[in-house]
Amino acid sequence: MAEVIRHTWQVLADDYSTAGEASASLKKVLKQLGFAADIIRRVSIAMYEGEINMVIHANGGTASAEICEDRITITLADSGPGIPDVGLAMKEGYSTASDRARSLGFGAGMGLPNIKRCSDDLKIETEVGVGTTLTITILA
Amino acid sequence: MKLAKVKKLLNAKVYTDMDYENVEVFSACGSDLMSHVLAYFKDRGLLLTGLNNPQVVRTAEMMDILCIVMVRGKEPEPEVVKLANEKGLVVMKTDCTLFTACGLLYTEGLRGGGY
Repeated sequence: MAEVIRHTWQVLADDYSTAGEASASLKKVLKQLGFAADIIRRVSIAMYEGEINMVIHANGGTASAEICEDRITITLADSGPGIPDVGLAMKEGYSTASDRARSLGFGAGMGLPNIKRCSDDLKIETEVGVGTTLTITILA
Repeated sequence: MKLAKVKKLLNAKVYTDMDYENVEVFSACGSDLMSHVLAYFKDRGLLLTGLNNPQVVRTAEMMDILCIVMVRGKEPEPEVVKLANEKGLVVMKTDCTLFTACGLLYTEGLRGGGY
């Protein structure tokens, strides 16, 4: 796979019925390209947690993936409320999720920690009132 | 453990279309927190949960889970069954509580797939 493959998806706010479709789509692409199961698993978990976060917290946004032979880079960009305290948000168990999100099995304060656990590099750029962009890199 | 045995042990009802009897699972996870499933479940297997919404199927798909068992008598929502059929997952329902369902499967040799 010499060339770089790029995909982009729109993630809709508060649409819990379609949340996860972008992650499923990326997983399918990686399987077709023949990436190792462990890599696909880490990408799937990181992307899915990020996608759910965008649905729950951030009024939706854009998810994109850049697939190279030796790495997958996921960018999740939203224009939501931003994260006031990134250190606190990275702490397992800390959550500001709604009751609706909790009723669906999320909001346990595991999203960002799960993303970090699955990634080789995680960059969080956030500004309160402006939005958040996560850049997740997983080496293949 | 084959899903035919899971169904029998839990006196479960199957909702999805695919042939399930000979599908074999090697581990299981019981949780109502999908983020915990994403964080701690390691092997392809069986998910027992009290939730019955589409995100359970989405989570299962991400984790290569083969079968979802809804406990405490919860009927899966129609869109859950539809999505599970599209993804090739098996969905069952049992009247057992999560604790009891896990215990019955553990006693017969099925083990946890996480830490």
